Amino acid sequence: MSRENEDSLTSRTIKMMAAISVLALTSVLGWTVWTLPPFSDRMQRLVASNMAISGVENPVTAVLLNFRGYDTLLEIGVLLLAALGVFSAVPSPVILSKSTPSPILNLLLRLLLPFIILIGGYILWIGKYAPGGAFQAGAILAAGGILLSTAAVPFNRFALKTMPFAMGIGLVTFIVVALATMMVRGNFLQYPVAQAGTLILVIEAAATISISIILTILFIGGNPDASITAKDENSKASIIDKGNTTK
Amino acid sequence: MTISLLYALVGVVLLGIGLYSLVIYSHLVKKILALNVAGSGVFLFLVATAAQTTGPVPDPVPHAMVLTGIVVAVSATALALALACRIHQVTGTARLTENEPE
Amino acid sequence: MSLNEILQPVTLPAWIVSLPLLAAVFSFVLPRIRVWAGIFTAIITPLMVVFLGREILAHGAIQMQVGGWEAPLGIYLHADGISAAMLGITAVIIGSISFYARSYFSGDVASRYFWPLWMFLWGALNALFLSGDIFNLYVTLELLGLSAVALVALSQTVDALSAAMRYLLVSLTGSLSYLMGVALLYAANGTLSIKLLATAGPASPSIATAFALMAAGLIMKTALFPMHFWLPPAHANAPAPVSAVLSALVVKASFYILMRLWLVIFEPFINPSTAQLIGVLGACAIIWGSVQALVAERLKLLVAYSTVAQIGYLFLVFPLSSIPQTNHTAWQGGFYFVLSHACAKSAAFLAAGTVIYSFGHDRIKDLHGIVRRMPVSMFAFALAGVSLIGLPPSGGFIAKWLYLNAALTGGQWWWCVLIILGSLLATAYVFRFFSRAFSYSPEEIERRPVPWAMEWTALGLALCALILGFIAPAVTTLLDAGNPF
Repeated sequence: MSRENEDSLTSRTIKMMAAISVLALTSVLGWTVWTLPPFSDRMQRLVASNMAISGVENPVTAVLLNFRGYDTLLEIGVLLLAALGVFSAVPSPVILSKSTPSPILNLLLRLLLPFIILIGGYILWIGKYAPGGAFQAGAILAAGGILLSTAAVPFNRFALKTMPFAMGIGLVTFIVVALATMMVRGNFLQYPVAQAGTLILVIEAAATISISIILTILFIGGNPDASITAKDENSKASIIDKGNTTK
Repeated sequence: MTISLLYALVGVVLLGIGLYSLVIYSHLVKKILALNVAGSGVFLFLVATAAQTTGPVPDPVPHAMVLTGIVVAVSATALALALACRIHQVTGTARLTENEPE
Repeated sequence: MSLNEILQPVTLPAWIVSLPLLAAVFSFVLPRIRVWAGIFTAIITPLMVVFLGREILAHGAIQMQVGGWEAPLGIYLHADGISAAMLGITAVIIGSISFYARSYFSGDVASRYFWPLWMFLWGALNALFLSGDIFNLYVTLELLGLSAVALVALSQTVDALSAAMRYLLVSLTGSLSYLMGVALLYAANGTLSIKLLATAGPASPSIATAFALMAAGLIMKTALFPMHFWLPPAHANAPAPVSAVLSALVVKASFYILMRLWLVIFEPFINPSTAQLIGVLGACAIIWGSVQALVAERLKLLVAYSTVAQIGYLFLVFPLSSIPQTNHTAWQGGFYFVLSHACAKSAAFLAAGTVIYSFGHDRIKDLHGIVRRMPVSMFAFALAGVSLIGLPPSGGFIAKWLYLNAALTGGQWWWCVLIILGSLLATAYVFRFFSRAFSYSPEEIERRPVPWAMEWTALGLALCALILGFIAPAVTTLLDAGNPF
């Protein structure tokens, strides 16, 4: 009973069938890609011609936050939803319980964290002119959060109390701005040209806060608020839908 | 063969590898990793599409699609891993048992 | 800025998407108001959908350029008769089940996260039915899939967690396949908006491959045979309100996308034999699902397999619509199926949930004589059964009648045989349960009293399935609004 057998499906026929079908799919797909018609420049020219009124100078940020901002709105919703799903599926966090304090990590954190925050803020700001923006900055700040969690630095009371608000502020800001612009200019998420840059920055700032805290929570794998998770464990008994008995 | 076509084909191959591994392996974390590899293949294909432009700057729309796709993939992976951890906590194994409830 | 200006009909799509999403965030951030946020949304959103429907009936399809950017640069929201019908059925079902859920979830754990997840699900569905952009549809599909999975896992039983994991893996694979199709379409055509893709160039291999990828992904998410294996465990083990919505709406959402893409983009380019193949898969689904429902031991599992069978009917629309004369009738039948099955199946799951709430289990062989003890829920289940079987006067009957009409007029008589066979099988599994439920049993089974909101919600939804049978002309007029076909 080698590890090899345990890891893969024992049936060789299934492996052969899967291999053959995936090979067929890949070749068809490869051939399709090979015979694709030449790419049209239309979208690029449209973006370039509308950059002046988009409020930013970086084309990717313009597409993300202005031309196709609705996608980004929903995507921030997906992030928050994933955090909610993790909260409901895994009551107590996996990482926090396993990490131990370490003087080396603490020293490293003392040196790194100020830079992480500084660079995160810079990346958020520079997104208007160069590669950067809310998601990138959020990821950098989340890296700081991950280091903190691995070093077993506990969330303090202020952090725990404001955590839900921090998680929600990105989506709420985005939707509120979108609805407000709809009431002023008649179209969902249509920024007035003069304020486009400012509004985008406001949305991105709120989103950065949310993204960083949500990514940290996704890494931790649970709700760091022990008072809530303790209540959740206790009231498991009142789950009604039992269907099958637990094995 | 242009560079972008090469990257596009590599993306397709990655998609194939990912799908194959998804079917073959029964360990949950391996399945999740396989999905991530397949997703990276699709994103690579999109980036290659963006690079095909004739102008000096690549097409930003596929880049935005990939950014959105990465965020969505991270969220989905996080949820999948959390579920896998929970299943491991509750059943002691990280594999889905194949029995259908009768 | 008067109220009139704010609530212009053209802005309704944005409100319909935003309100549930805002409710979701608020019910998470301020847990104390979560139930009220849910109920508030459950009342306001259907009203908005009604206004939208009236506007569409009066003036045709509504389009909203998000951000003011025209396609292909921006995303646009598209609301025609079909969108309005789907939004309407979503609002009715989720709105009603919100009242059911208020009584169902009494524990802190499930309730704390149920309402935010529930509102996210609703927002995702609304965004999906209004979207006119293929990449935007991908994001909404993910939003929908993740919220559905998280809701399934709320039960916290081992079976629910495994079912949720399986569902998540299948859902992600389907989305990935769909995304690859989107990437191909963009690479070939340079646009992501559906209405511009309608004028896509001549059939290059990319169109067929993109269709194959997108269809495969969406078929996985709609649980068409043979990709149905994830559905029975997921729907049977989720909490009852969640099962109801999963069977009624979530699987229909991916079907809706497939229908849209087929009608607008792909139909001219696809071989008619592909349509027949999809029909054959539908036939297998009907037979296999019904047979499994016949031998199921648990009530919720029976209902879940019934969903597998009924999804087969949905896919019959592809071969039936391949003949130009019957195209319109077939599509009307398909959508009537979507609407009436949504009502009937959600009523059935809610009734099953009431049974579990009261008796603590749903093993069919131990449920003898419960008709006497819970008459309202059993009546609801019976009405749902009427629609599932396709007896008049119900929505299910209208749907099957439209299908039979299309099959006979188009000369594809073999589908008639299948539809009638399916109805017979459905009769068998519905009556299998009822023969048990009606049997006389003198002993008193231990049970807890059921809140009236739960029983009457189930009955209300079952009555909706029946009402759909009576208002067929109005519904078909709505479906045609905006010329979707």
